[in-house]
This record gives sequence, C-alpha cells and structure tokens, in this order.
Amino acid sequence: MGLDIRWPIGLMFTLIGALLSIYGVADRSGSLSLGININLIWGIVLLVFGVLMLIGAVKGKKNPPTT
Amino acid sequence: MQPIQLHWIDYTILIAYVAFVIGIGWALARYMKTSSDFLTSARSIPTWVTGLAFISANLGALELVGMAASGAKYGISFAHFYWVGAIPAMVFLAVFMMPFYYGSKARSVPEYLKMRFDERVRALNSIAFAVMTIFASGISMNALAKLLNQLLGWNYNVALWVCSGVVLLYVLKGGLTSAIYTEVLQFFMIVLGFAPVVYLGLKDVGGWHSMNQSLQTVATNPASIYINTGTNYASDAWTSAWKPILAGSAHNPIGVDLFAMIFGLGFVMSFGYWCTNFLVVQRAMAAKNMTAARNTPLVAAVPKMFFPFLVIVPGMIAAALMAMPDKGYRIPPPPISQASYNQAVVAVQSANPADPAAAVTAVGTALGKKVDATRITSLVAANTATKLSDEQIKQGIYNSVAENDYDSVILSLVKKYCPAGLMGLALTALLASFMSGMAGNVTAFNTVFTYDLYQAYFAKNKSDQHYFWMGKFITIVGIVLSIGAAYFASMYNNAMDIIQLVFGFVNAPLFATFLLGMFWKRTTGTGAFLGLFGGIAGAALFHALTSVGSNLDAAGHVINSMKGGYLHVVQIFPSEMAQNFWLAIIAFVVCFTLTLVISLATKSQKTDADLKGLVYSLTPRTVDHSLPFYQRPGFIGVILLIACVILNLIFW
Repeated sequence: MGLDIRWPIGLMFTLIGALLSIYGVADRSGSLSLGININLIWGIVLLVFGVLMLIGAVKGKKNPPTT
Repeated sequence: MQPIQLHWIDYTILIAYVAFVIGIGWALARYMKTSSDFLTSARSIPTWVTGLAFISANLGALELVGMAASGAKYGISFAHFYWVGAIPAMVFLAVFMMPFYYGSKARSVPEYLKMRFDERVRALNSIAFAVMTIFASGISMNALAKLLNQLLGWNYNVALWVCSGVVLLYVLKGGLTSAIYTEVLQFFMIVLGFAPVVYLGLKDVGGWHSMNQSLQTVATNPASIYINTGTNYASDAWTSAWKPILAGSAHNPIGVDLFAMIFGLGFVMSFGYWCTNFLVVQRAMAAKNMTAARNTPLVAAVPKMFFPFLVIVPGMIAAALMAMPDKGYRIPPPPISQASYNQAVVAVQSANPADPAAAVTAVGTALGKKVDATRITSLVAANTATKLSDEQIKQGIYNSVAENDYDSVILSLVKKYCPAGLMGLALTALLASFMSGMAGNVTAFNTVFTYDLYQAYFAKNKSDQHYFWMGKFITIVGIVLSIGAAYFASMYNNAMDIIQLVFGFVNAPLFATFLLGMFWKRTTGTGAFLGLFGGIAGAALFHALTSVGSNLDAAGHVINSMKGGYLHVVQIFPSEMAQNFWLAIIAFVVCFTLTLVISLATKSQKTDADLKGLVYSLTPRTVDHSLPFYQRPGFIGVILLIACVILNLIFW
C-alpha cells in the first residue's frame, strides 16, 4: 500500500513524546511517581522511538525495498 | 472503581491518537479502488506490519484486562496461554499451513474450505464466523462504553456511538489496510503505554525477587488476600510455571493436570484458534508474497512470547502488593454503592465494642458482601479508642470486603502509578485496543460476508465495483449490528454467556477438520461436514454431562446450568478451565474420528488435480532455497521454539 506506516507511527510518538517531556519539565511535582519524574523519562523514550521510526520512513523513501 | 479525573494533557494524547487513526484512514482512501484493495489489502503489506497486526488483532482489550486478572488469581503458570497455547501453533501455521492458505489464492478461510471440500462446509463455517465476529465486536464495545461510563463518567450511549463512529470512519475509508495499520499503531501504544506501569509496579514491590517472596506467602494462604480458592498450595504455586502443573490438578490454582494442559490447551484449543480463525489468518493473507505470509505468524510470535511480562506480571504485582500490608494497596472489591457504604459506616459507629460479631454481621448485611471479621473487629476497636472520621471508617470497610474484582486489577495499577500525562497514554492504549478489536472483527466480517455469503449465494458474477460497494455497505451494516450486539450484551448478561458457550462448541472441533483436510487427501466433503456437526454435538453433550465442583450444592445438584451438568453429572472437574480443556479434547477426538470413518465410507468428489495446492501430499514443496537460511520459515520456527523452551526452563 502506498502509505508507509512508519510515517504516522513516527509522527504520533514524536508528538506524544514531546508533549509528555515538556509536561514533565513544566509540572515536576505533578509528574512524579515513586519519586521519579516518569513523564519526562517516558516522554524521552517515546520521542526517541518516534524519531527512529521517522528516520526509517525517510530512508525507506530514498531506497524503496525491492522485495 | 473510583472515577478518574483526566487532565488536559490526557485528553490531548487521546485526541492525538484518534486524529491519527482517522488520518490514516483518509490517507489510505485514495488507494482503495477495487474490492480486493478494500477487503484483502490486495496482498501488498510488508511482513513486520502484518506480523504486528496479527498479534495485535489477538491482543484485545478484554484479554489485557483478563490476563492481569488471571496473573493475580493464578500466577506465572497462566503464561502457558502464551508459551504452550500460542507459540507452537503459530509456528505450525507459518511453516505448514500458510502455504495452503496463501498458495490457494483463497480470500478467506471459509473460501479455502469451499475449495478443499464443498459449499456445505463453507456455509457452516462462514455463517458461524460472521455471527461470532459481530458478537465479539459487540462485547468489546459494550465493555469499552461501560468502562468510559464508570471511569470518566461519560454517558454510555454517547461513548458507544462515538467510539463506533470513529471505527466506522477509518475502516470505511481505508478498509482492511486501515484496520491493519491501526493495529500496528495500537501494538506500540499497548507496549509503550503499559511498560512503565509494569516497571513502576516492580520497583514499588521491591523487584522481581521480592515480588516472588511475597507471592509465596500468597500461595500458602490465598485467603489472606481474599483469593477464595478454598485451599492452600505449595509455596511455589504462583511463582513457578511447571512445578504446580506437574504436581496435579489439585496442586495448582488453575486446577488442570499436565495432559489437559498439553493436549487440551497446547494442541486442540491453541491450534484451533491460531490456525483456523480468519480474524488472525486474514492478517497473514494480506502479506505481499508467500515468504512474507509465512513469516507473519513468526514475526508475531516474538512479542507474543514476551507478552506475559506485560499482561500477566501486573496481576502478580497486584497480588504481591496486597500481601504486603505496609503498601496500603488492595485489588479493588466488587463495586458497592455509596449508600451501602454509608450504611456500613453507621453500623461500625453504632457497634457495641463488647459484641464485635454483631458489628461484622451488620456491616456484611449493609454491603451485601462477605467481610473480613478480624479487620472489622479491629476497626470497631479503633473507633472506640479514638473517634475515626467517616472517611477513615469507609476506607477500613473498603479494605475489609473479602472479595476481589479481578477485572479492575490493571486499571487500579494504572491509577496508582500513572500521573497525569502517563495516565492519558495508558488509557489511550486501552481505548485503542478496544477500538481496534472492533475494527478487526468488522474487517473480517465484511470479507466473509461479501465473498463467502453474498457473492457465493446471492449475487454471483457481478462486476468488481459491485462487490467493492457491497463491501463498504457491509462494513456499515457490521458496525450497526455490533452496536446492536453491544446493547444486547449490556441488557442480557446471561444471553451473552450462552452465545459464547455455543461458539465454544462450534469452534472446538474445527482444527480436526483442517488437519485431516490439509494432510490427508482422502478426506471428503461429507466426512468433514458430518464430522464437524458430530464434534459440535459431542462438545454440547460433554458440557451437559460434566460440571465443576463449585457448581454443585451439598446434595450434589447443579446450581447454574451454564456451568454444565444439566442432564446428569457424570464427571466433576476441579475448575472451569479444566472442564473447557477437556471439552475441546473430546470435541476434537469426536470430529477427527467421525471425519476419518465417514471419509473412508464415502467417495471424494474432488480429483487429485482439484486438490493441488490445497492438500499437503499433492502440493509441490515451497522452495526456500533462494532465501538465505535465516529468512526461511522453517529455520526461524525452530529458533522460536528453542527460545520458548528456554523461557519455560527459566520460569520452571
């Protein structure tokens, strides 16, 4: 199918990851769970995942898979 | 379960997800030109995508909720539903069965049955499947609307129609591809949404080792955390996967023995589900080529193997936490009205400290539930010593209800550990899996209905555009019927149980038909058709003649006929799980034997040429030599099985 699924996955997790990290920085006390700023940590994880997906999508566009 | 207050950040995440799934539908719409694009994705999707969709279609929200519940109730041995009950069957599907499904060019599982046998077998299978998908999607949507109602205070009707509307929007636009893509999105949402909950839970409980230590005290006295098994177990019953099963059905909380586990779950039920259910097989059929189709279940098997850590471990964490008094956590009790709590508070306040037994009875009557006498007694004593606030008393009563509502385990952990933000992510993940459950069922329904019922019996030889529009129309019909089924489920709980029971009977023998059909060319249509009916009848009869111990009153009479034994009780099982496993075994054996005998007695209508590509002995072996060895399904399958064995040894 013409749409590479990595685009929507990458965009969505980059967006949600960025939102969560910003929220974690802006509202430190509201983001704590067991004393760790889980929103910030997990936001960064999601952000990294999203960006990796986007990189995959860009690379896939440059060299379309042959098989 | 107390309602949850959502923050703007939670709503933003939720809305972002919904916007993305609808966006995917719109982006795919321009590629939808033929009925095959819409209903079968024109066999064009890469392996990792179909693989994740394959597993995602199986990982419904109800499974997520139910597995956490089972983790608390039964411990790590419930992982056998993954290790024994899925991985071997998935490997078998990939290596041995996909070549026939994909190679025959059948567009659905019922269509394969028609090619292999005849119209009767197809009609039986497609009608049963169509009805089943509608009810499955209705049950899932009912659960979702109920959850949104209880948790967020949304109106049930609004929640049901809005969520169904979202599903309709993206499925109608992008067809099966839309459903598959959102399933992949949902896969990552579930994994990334629930992983932090597991991490925080394990951290809170003091790590894996400390969790197991706490679970050992649970096993030796389950009643201490209100797991009312009526008996105590060896200390490893919750923490080791095989030892309690090997010890016999009386020594593990699941109540099954090794034979029922291996043959019932591991062979009949799991192969019956994974290898014949069109809902999952359809994902593999959408793959772009034969190798991709065969590797689809193998890609899916990798996450499947590790899902117990995501879905069962939370339940184990909950049970372990509850057994640690200083953690102040309990698995929520069944929902009790505010008025009943208030009555119970009054009962505690007015209790005579000299007669605590009366107070225990009064609180129990007010709540309509069994309560922990020791806790109520000490609550009354504490209230006499220093006057407690109403809120404190209520908390004390809440902690003393001696029953658990296991289905709320996962949400209670989400609530405990997720601050605003992460909460939105976890709830969106749950919502996503409910909605993709509906989408998955509807996309399987529209294919079977359009190709196997409408095209086969009502309108042969129409133009492709005709079926394309019919497929779209049936999608709308499917969603409307699902909504109807959801209302039905919300009104008649018992009727839904009956339907699920009947489908248990219908599905139980199916794998025998496929096994004989694919690997024995002599199997005839008449044999398959009558064998299936015999298997279904055998299952129903077995259910009518057996029951579980807890379903019999003192005089040996059956309490609830839904749990079997309404004709006569010939055999009593220690648990419903054991009864289900044995039911599957009996149905399989009856169907297998009947199909075999009747096939020998009847003449096949199909020549060897007809059966080429449909039966193992008449199909040229798929040649994998052009592939590097690490891409061959056989090789990957063996590696997966070895990995699965290692996992079992680790948690032995």
